Amino acid sequence: MNATRRGFLQGLIGGGALVIGAPLLGPVRLLAQEATTFKPSLWVAIAIDGTVTIFAHRSEMGTGIRTCLPAVLADELEADLKRVKIEQALGDEAYGSQNTDGSRSVRDFFQTMREVGASARQMLEQAAAKTWGVPAGECRASLHAVHHGPSKRSLAFGALVAKAATLKAPAQEALRLKKPSEWRYIGHDFPSYDAPAIVRGEAVFGADVSLPGMKFVTVARSPVLGGSLVSHDAKATLKVQGVERVVVLKAFTAPHTFQALGGVAVVATSTWAAMQGLRALSTSWKKGPNASYDSTTFRKALLKSVSSPGKSVRQSGDAKKAIGSAAKRLSGDYTTPLLAHATMEPPCALVHVTKSGCEVWAPNQNPQGARDTVAATLGLKKEQVKVHTTLLGGGFGRKSKPDFIAEAALVSREIGAPVRVVWTREDDLRHGYYHAPAAIHCEAGLDEKGQIQGWLLRTAFSSITSTFAPGRTEPAPFELMMGVTDLPYAVEDLRCESCPAPAHVRIGWLRSVCNIFHVFGTSSFVDELANAAGVDSADFLLQALGKPRLLSLGSEVKYPNYGKSLKEYPIDIGRLRGVVEAVKKSAWGRKLPKGHGLGIAAHRSFHSYVAVVVEASVSRDGEVRVERVDLVIDLGTVVNPDRVRAQMEGSVIFGLSLALWGEITTKGGQVVQSNFHDYPVARMSQAPKTINVTLVKSDLPPGGAGEPAVPPIAPALANAIFAACGQRLRDLPLRPA
Amino acid sequence: MIPALEEVHVKLKINGELRDLSHVDPQTPLLWALRDGAGLTGPKFGCGMGLCGACTVHVDGQAARSCLLPLGQVGEREVTTIEGLSPDGSHPLQKAWVELGVAQCGYCQVGQIMSAASLLRENPKPSDDEIDAAMSGNICRCGTYGRIRAAIHLAAKEGAK
Ligand code: FES
Ligand code: FES
Repeated sequence: MNATRRGFLQGLIGGGALVIGAPLLGPVRLLAQEATTFKPSLWVAIAIDGTVTIFAHRSEMGTGIRTCLPAVLADELEADLKRVKIEQALGDEAYGSQNTDGSRSVRDFFQTMREVGASARQMLEQAAAKTWGVPAGECRASLHAVHHGPSKRSLAFGALVAKAATLKAPAQEALRLKKPSEWRYIGHDFPSYDAPAIVRGEAVFGADVSLPGMKFVTVARSPVLGGSLVSHDAKATLKVQGVERVVVLKAFTAPHTFQALGGVAVVATSTWAAMQGLRALSTSWKKGPNASYDSTTFRKALLKSVSSPGKSVRQSGDAKKAIGSAAKRLSGDYTTPLLAHATMEPPCALVHVTKSGCEVWAPNQNPQGARDTVAATLGLKKEQVKVHTTLLGGGFGRKSKPDFIAEAALVSREIGAPVRVVWTREDDLRHGYYHAPAAIHCEAGLDEKGQIQGWLLRTAFSSITSTFAPGRTEPAPFELMMGVTDLPYAVEDLRCESCPAPAHVRIGWLRSVCNIFHVFGTSSFVDELANAAGVDSADFLLQALGKPRLLSLGSEVKYPNYGKSLKEYPIDIGRLRGVVEAVKKSAWGRKLPKGHGLGIAAHRSFHSYVAVVVEASVSRDGEVRVERVDLVIDLGTVVNPDRVRAQMEGSVIFGLSLALWGEITTKGGQVVQSNFHDYPVARMSQAPKTINVTLVKSDLPPGGAGEPAVPPIAPALANAIFAACGQRLRDLPLRPA
Repeated sequence: MIPALEEVHVKLKINGELRDLSHVDPQTPLLWALRDGAGLTGPKFGCGMGLCGACTVHVDGQAARSCLLPLGQVGEREVTTIEGLSPDGSHPLQKAWVELGVAQCGYCQVGQIMSAASLLRENPKPSDDEIDAAMSGNICRCGTYGRIRAAIHLAAKEGAK
């Protein structure tokens, strides 16, 4: 689609009623126009034809959030979802955070959406009351109209627009939120707004937006992070039909953060020409300080790091003494490799730098962040940069790093034309922000009764903070909170330590982040303890979790708790037990064919509680098949159960991909893998035939959905493989002999 | 080194229409001719190597990976993209996809639907294993495989009516 032609541009739709970024001026302007639109807040506008437009300010990468948050608003507004238009908001802090990651869209905006909806509803009710000259308390909005019970009169929302636009919004204390029993969308399945467009091929992703005169650009980047361009030869490139020129982009200055990497850009009149031109380009690089990075050697270095004491990050009693005096002692070292996001849609961005500023269309998880990065890259004020968020063909954390947008901005400024930068799959896998490689060391004792007696947990992984502070080897509390400082087991003598680890590639967050490696280690280890104790794995897990209680970490533990207070979102062992008990009941202990095994794992992350049972079989030549997965999640209040189930199904597949195949390796500082043949992800024939998902009914505050189900998948599978064939696999990806 | 090519006019039958794609190198993969040349952005780029299926279209009714197929080799054959699968999104597969909420991010789904349509044309009642075999060239990173399978069964049932 053409960005100037079609309604994608925010400013061009909704006539003069659209006041993005000026929420406070909105009513004033609308008054002056003798409103044809009622726009009580920056989230929602109601037109006289009754169309309700709701602005989705979070990015849609597959979770359904672009529908779910507007549906919460619509519910409180008593709008008919079928008559709601959803528009994607521009990057603007008036919306609050738009950084769509951390599985927090619902947690952070559920209440806001409810209040915004209720406020607008009450204004419509009041407008009707004024029109009829009746008390507002007698007027009730229901499905796109306001009704007066006593006189049986009704007015459609559209008919109330003019009057409502003259009213003041109710005070916070005067808001009447619907009772949960009155919700018509929240808690019920409803379809995604974008589904029809998706199946018709009309949904607009990053590379589907064009501008007249737009150039297509590919970039050759240093194969090693921090390398510098020595020379390039573009003779062959310039002979490629459609290639117009090459542009040298200067390398980033440390820290790399979200800057463009730099390199040589090929500017062409079509995507294919740009790709061919890139292929024909010859470049030579000075490799720089990361040239010796070899992932095999680094894995050993990580294991070495966790072999000696690190910095204590949580401590109670005396773990060393308890383990030393235990009847049985066990230890295990677990490693996990670098991972790439491999979003189905590789990074891409359309940027147009003009004299007065810059406009961006890109699949991004954080339009404000993208705006700030582009502004810094070009030396503009952030007000001069406008960021449109298209649909994202997958995000998983990759698209909250706007380096690829900055790249397009640099080229656009240089050539004075709109630029679409296209990343190939090779670019994507070789220039990612990788999920950190890690080593986990666990040590524990068992007493005569098979109870855990003392636990030492050590972790070493390249920290995300290295992306912002080069040379940093210490993890941050937010990384340790994911599976280390929140270790849920009832062990009196516990010591958790973090051990140093450097980074040699860009390290970023990937769906579920550090929970992946920590829970792979600890949940595998619990299963090893169960087997050593000769106790059923599910029973042992429950026993290890101990009594229902709110986990107290001790005041010296730095525990960010995913950005919320422990009071609002405690670590509730009762809820964790609850999901384990539920999955145990539905899936554990069933009869299996020979060569099959069951594995169990459970974890709380992103304020949600997940337990899984995986059934796997291992063939003679070591081929693993996942036959069935049962998953129970307790995520408190649910907006759209169907989308949560979809996230659970997707998390199972994502978890299996990383458990069985996910591995980025490096040699000489360069990433070895290049495309799906050597970085495989699960295909349909490898997906389990059955995934049973159960949502625990709960009216507690909402938890996350996008990420919390990924971490327990890999350890549950490793435990199932052990049950199936007796091989304990402690390294990801899992490769039985 | 890639030799410079003469500008050529390639005529292609796309979605029942004869389209003139001027100034296109006949080596250009069909995918880019469709997306950049014909303005049909339904087919997607995912790998460029025939590994993911995001670019799947039909050539004479058969699923083909358009990222690998040079334009010059299409010849007289009829190209159908998702835009031409049904006039209004009413193909049984499109309906089943919406009905079962298959799509997550949606990026792979055009390719999935085109592969499934080609499968159903040849095999109106596929089994699970036949579906797996026909669909395993299409990656869905969001992991919607279970619902894709179910939607193909549903469409097969609807189609049989
Ligand atoms: S883009 Fe054609 S198969 Fe992946
Ligand atoms: S729905 Fe996202 S890749 Fe398939």
